[in-house]
Amino acid sequence: METNLKEIVLNNSDDIVRMWLEEIEKNRKHDYTSTISDELFESTNREFVNVIFSSLEKKGLTNDIEGFAERLINLGWPLSYLTDGMQAFRRVTINYILSQSTKVDTDYFSEILSKVDEWVDPIINQLVNEYSGSWENIVSLQKVALQELSAPLIPVMENITVMPLIGTIDTERAKQIMENLLDGVIKHHSEVVLIDITGVPVVDTMVAHHIIQAAEAVRLIGSTCILVGIRPEIAQTIVNLGIDLSKFPTKSSLRKGFESALEITNRQIVELEGQHKDIEELIDSLDGE
Amino acid sequence: MDFQSCVNIKKEWDIVGARQLGRDISKKIGFGTVDQARIATAISELARNIYLYAGTGKVCFETIENLNEKGLRIIAIDEGPGIRDVTQVMEDGFSTSGGLGAGLPGVKRLMDEFDVISRQGEGTEVNVVKWLR
Repeated sequence: METNLKEIVLNNSDDIVRMWLEEIEKNRKHDYTSTISDELFESTNREFVNVIFSSLEKKGLTNDIEGFAERLINLGWPLSYLTDGMQAFRRVTINYILSQSTKVDTDYFSEILSKVDEWVDPIINQLVNEYSGSWENIVSLQKVALQELSAPLIPVMENITVMPLIGTIDTERAKQIMENLLDGVIKHHSEVVLIDITGVPVVDTMVAHHIIQAAEAVRLIGSTCILVGIRPEIAQTIVNLGIDLSKFPTKSSLRKGFESALEITNRQIVELEGQHKDIEELIDSLDGE
Repeated sequence: MDFQSCVNIKKEWDIVGARQLGRDISKKIGFGTVDQARIATAISELARNIYLYAGTGKVCFETIENLNEKGLRIIAIDEGPGIRDVTQVMEDGFSTSGGLGAGLPGVKRLMDEFDVISRQGEGTEVNVVKWLR
């Protein structure tokens, strides 16, 4: 009995494949794969059905499924293509077996159902696992990548350090900002730290609160914190919210902040005049010739 | 009243989602950059209040279109513990969580209309409107 059902399916694989392809083609009209070229769609369908049958023949899961799923993931095909395909396969197979058999009673029927489920379910499970595994992997990689970007500290010159902040600040990031800031100030012996919020889209009370706390902590370890990159609209919302930022200096741009940082550390930018003279002399000597 | 779309607040990152949707809608209505920033900040405050105090809730957006005026209504609804003393939370500097205490009074100043209904143990509904000028 057990081998019987399988034999029916394997021996008539051509018919089942044809019915399956028709079913898939029907689904296609109203969904996601409409942007995919016909040839690619057809060849993928062929491959998909081969994978299904090879796993049926070998009575279990094969590496084919893994490789197939991996390639579809890389191509960016939706998971629903695979699950729809497997469901179609289940329908088609059951219908086919029923149409082939003469005696139909409930026992036989339930046997067919459970048998087909036994073939189909492990494949679906593996495909879903492959997909969700790859998503989880991507999410965790992105999380790590985000963490690396989240609070960089750049020592631009002796005693002056810049921390550019870009993007949304949540509680976790706020904690990192504080830690990196304090560690960095001590490590680089910074007298002045510039926190640049040009890239922070919204400054609400929580973000402001964290920045104030960070600046206060920097003050406690003996350095000065300058908040730079306050865009006009952000300045207005800060005033509307009634946030008091008067405890530490603020500047509109990183450049202005850097100038006052130089002032605090008793330095200034001096343009070199010597070079101009050299060039003038060179031109004069050229004229002389 | 045109249509309504809501963002559920369950995680901290949903605050960003609500803010982004609010910003998109306000851009579509035609608000300038300053008002967009005000609206985004107000949404951020309201959504964060839900996340901090109620745990879950939702922020809804509604475009208002009358004959002579246009605006955006934002409704933040939760079923949290409610606010014990509404007049107290509207004072600057009052906070139960160690924050700045500028949230709700700040939102009131950022927006044009402000209304808060809260029943203890049942939840809070904050209803704000910004008019396009």
